[in-house]
Amino acid sequence: MSLAVFLTALVSCTLPISESLNNPYPENESEQAVLYQSFSERPKHFDPAVSYNTSEYAFIAQIYEPPFQYHYLKRPYQLVPLTATRLPEIIYLNQKGGKLSYDVNDSDIAFTDYMIEIQSGIRYQPHPALAKNAQGDYQYHQLNPTQIESAASLNDFKATGSRELTAEDYVYQIKRLAHPKIQSPIAEIMKNYIVGFDDFSKQVADKPKTAIRNLPIAGVTALSRYQYRIRIKGKYPQFIYWLAMPFFSPMPWEADMFYDQAGLTDKNITLDWFPLGTGPYLMAENNPNRRMILLKNPLFHQESYPAEGEAEDRQKGLLADAGKKLPFIDKVVFMLEKETIPYWTKFLQGYYDASGITSDSFDQAIQFTGSGDAVLTPTMREKGIQLQTSVAISSFYMGFNMLDSTVGGTTEQARKLRQAIAIAVDYEEYISIFMNGRGIAAQGVLPPGIYGFDDKTGINPYVYQWQANKVQRKKIAEARKLMIAAGYANGIDPKTEEALILYFDTTSTSIDDRPRMNWYRKQFEKLGIKLVIRGTDYNRFQEKMRTGNAQIFVWGWNADYPDPENFFFLLYGANSKVRHGGENAANYHNPEFDRLFEQMRNMDNSEQRYRIIQQMQEIVRHDAPWVFGYHPKNFSLFHGWYKNLKPNLMANNQLKYTRIDTAARAEKRQQWNQPVFWPLLLGVAVFVLMLIPAVIAYRRRRLQERVMREHLSSRETKL
Amino acid sequence: MSQYIIRRFLYSLPLLMGVNILTFVLFFVVNSPDDMARMQLGQKHVTEQSIANWKQQHGYDVPLLWNDDAQGEKKITDTIFYQKSVGLLLFRFGVSDSGRNIGADIKERAMPSLAVALPTLMIGLLVNICFALMMVLFRNSYLEHAGLVLCVILMSISSLFYIIGGQFFVGKVLRLVPISGYDDGMAAIKFLILPVLIGVFSGIGSGVRWYRTLFLEEVEKDYVRTARAKGLTETQTLFRHVLPNAMIPILTGVVVVLPLLFMGSLIMESFFSIPGLGSYTIDAINSQDFAIVRAMVFLGSVLYVIGLLLTDISYTLVDPRVRLS
Repeated sequence: MSLAVFLTALVSCTLPISESLNNPYPENESEQAVLYQSFSERPKHFDPAVSYNTSEYAFIAQIYEPPFQYHYLKRPYQLVPLTATRLPEIIYLNQKGGKLSYDVNDSDIAFTDYMIEIQSGIRYQPHPALAKNAQGDYQYHQLNPTQIESAASLNDFKATGSRELTAEDYVYQIKRLAHPKIQSPIAEIMKNYIVGFDDFSKQVADKPKTAIRNLPIAGVTALSRYQYRIRIKGKYPQFIYWLAMPFFSPMPWEADMFYDQAGLTDKNITLDWFPLGTGPYLMAENNPNRRMILLKNPLFHQESYPAEGEAEDRQKGLLADAGKKLPFIDKVVFMLEKETIPYWTKFLQGYYDASGITSDSFDQAIQFTGSGDAVLTPTMREKGIQLQTSVAISSFYMGFNMLDSTVGGTTEQARKLRQAIAIAVDYEEYISIFMNGRGIAAQGVLPPGIYGFDDKTGINPYVYQWQANKVQRKKIAEARKLMIAAGYANGIDPKTEEALILYFDTTSTSIDDRPRMNWYRKQFEKLGIKLVIRGTDYNRFQEKMRTGNAQIFVWGWNADYPDPENFFFLLYGANSKVRHGGENAANYHNPEFDRLFEQMRNMDNSEQRYRIIQQMQEIVRHDAPWVFGYHPKNFSLFHGWYKNLKPNLMANNQLKYTRIDTAARAEKRQQWNQPVFWPLLLGVAVFVLMLIPAVIAYRRRRLQERVMREHLSSRETKL
Repeated sequence: MSQYIIRRFLYSLPLLMGVNILTFVLFFVVNSPDDMARMQLGQKHVTEQSIANWKQQHGYDVPLLWNDDAQGEKKITDTIFYQKSVGLLLFRFGVSDSGRNIGADIKERAMPSLAVALPTLMIGLLVNICFALMMVLFRNSYLEHAGLVLCVILMSISSLFYIIGGQFFVGKVLRLVPISGYDDGMAAIKFLILPVLIGVFSGIGSGVRWYRTLFLEEVEKDYVRTARAKGLTETQTLFRHVLPNAMIPILTGVVVVLPLLFMGSLIMESFFSIPGLGSYTIDAINSQDFAIVRAMVFLGSVLYVIGLLLTDISYTLVDPRVRLS
């Protein structure tokens, strides 16, 4: 009888129930257009003048709006207006301020004006900094200690206000970039370009942030309510890309007036944590220890989903929402997820809409076809998960310190040694072993997608060769020949008559890094070279790089903007790390390369620029200051209900284009997350069964004790 | 007793100052203000000028411990140590190098840590004591031997295994609770069930063995034999006599860790996305945020001193023979 009851209970526990017990979100959200994402690293800054990090851009690019943005669908990447009415009018000027024609020589251009006109009617998100009282005064610009004391977060300031975006707000933000107290990471770069930037910076150094509003900056002027001008020194065509970055977003002066009040910082109520923008979303909750919530900005201006894209976009359904008002998603919840196991499980349960692929879950998600293409495993396909791959606009390389007496320098011997190493270090193998095939071996400085990258014929002829229409790494025998030519036959250093010893400086010192370091060692062993790994902490490594004490190192660069200048400048002599503190970590210096770079950097894309880029690639491949490593390939997974997705490696404001099919999501979640109780009941039953011997033993003992007591008491009675 | 407490408080002042100085010296042996600036400013476009600006803005442009260029008392007060570390003695934690108020962060993160640690401790204590008493009740029987073997097995398994295994079985296979996350108020309960369950389960092996040892020591004493001779049953003896006397070491062991429960657990909070203090110090060390490191080390020392003091006081409460003087 009891067994029958137990079995009935077990069966009833397997029946579907309407609510998922493992749903980490409130039940009432399941039917809403809420996007769930995760973040693993706590963001540091949300002030657009300071933030310079991809993980931070994931948030602020949805909130702040620079004048321009990258087209979501078109490739190659192209800029389109965001808050601007059109792309900027560019005017070249001579030293006296006279207007020049467009075909003038670069050397004649003393200044360039960027004339930017913004749309009227764009309004800021509702925010306490803009709230006004009945008299028209700002309500929270002069808070008293009681008001500050009673506020625990920004939401405690109940009144909010808004106002129209003006050109003056863009000018104000550029002044903020210049203020030393703001600590903008691009301040030092902009000093070289924006007229009057450096002087303004010095002028306001000892002034509070709020004082800059009424101080003019020579090169940046609001010409009218909706038009402003930025004057830069000389010609710098890449400047327009900076204008599409959050650094150049508008900032109302009221924001600084509000947040700079004493006492608010102690409550963590700062502009660095609570943004104020005009974008499609506003930050409703900022708890970097747990979650961030973005809500649709109720005052967001009119912006529509693009109606044009690449040829195959219509077929993929990416133009289905063409012309519809943005954004589609009402709320975005970013949850802090530090560990990959719960993150991956929640994605599979449907509680995250998108996921990256960690090495732990790679085999579960991806398999390779016979031709080497990555496809989803049947389990993922059954769940309707989509895979997107895209090659990142970044390069990782092994650099040689060109100031080093062994591997550096321009001698034929050193060059051949570097070329031999470039052949020996097999990055195809590296990508296969350590990156699950998620990368492509680099053939030069430029990654795919950057103007000048030649994917048809542009191989590195010093490391690769064509063989049966396939690019093949040269045989190690050729590297050994180069070693002989370099004077290191079989890797023997003639000075010591022992194996040549080279030093590899790295910060990868954990036990997880050991296989990778052993792999590097083995690559060099192919040439008879003994590679000594000098593991060190980040600080010492940076110091070695600055002082030129590193010999071989691994470095990478993620593009600021899609232009070859942003990669070739990493090898420009005037950017040498040791001599000039620049980004040229290899300290490479080749006068011919520098001359071509100076010529190429200011050119618009053209046949001539393309030719110069190929010449520069050839010089670098020949000199081999880098062993070209790889360009990482991003693998992302998305559930079938997540729509309008197209990888865009330059734009960070993609959220406004995406859409969630909430009904499909709710159905799948319900299907995938039915709780299972019977093992639990079984466990309880087993536990009870395990207790039975204890109960029996206990009863037996009690019986013995009772018998003993009765025996004793009967003896006492007899006595 | 109040005199004793005051004296202990005064003893703790040089101790805390020593901890403060040691943390300061150790931190700056490894990291210079320039390194800190580089870490905070990121890797792109960092110039010497921007480093100098950062140091000036964050007060790291003065000497570490002694300012030769200053006059009078400013030789001491115009130093990083004085400006950054002395305020700690007044519990002024200041602002982290990334710009957030440390006191507010600690306040916000301490409660989630406590929400996991306190039930784990209390339920764990109850479960461990129950099992330990059961093993003592059935001592020298096959039940005790089997229990001991089971305890050794449970002790030998890494806590990480319990976490991953628990998440897999309860969260993924049975789908009974969310696998990770946190919420405010009563909504937090469904997120706390699994970490508390795992915390309790992972501690059973060592906890039961430790408490069993304490109980066995008591069980052999004369007063227990007398109780039995008076005719008390074994269970009455255990619960009325053995348990209260064995509670002295148990209670003192528990009291000392009570204040430290606020500090959280690194692995547990990380895997369950509990927004507690567990990873606060480690994250700060990794990002070279000296302001947080010094605050957390100081707070840890203070809580430990409080824990030891509470232990001393608890002795007097549970054992009438002990008097503080």
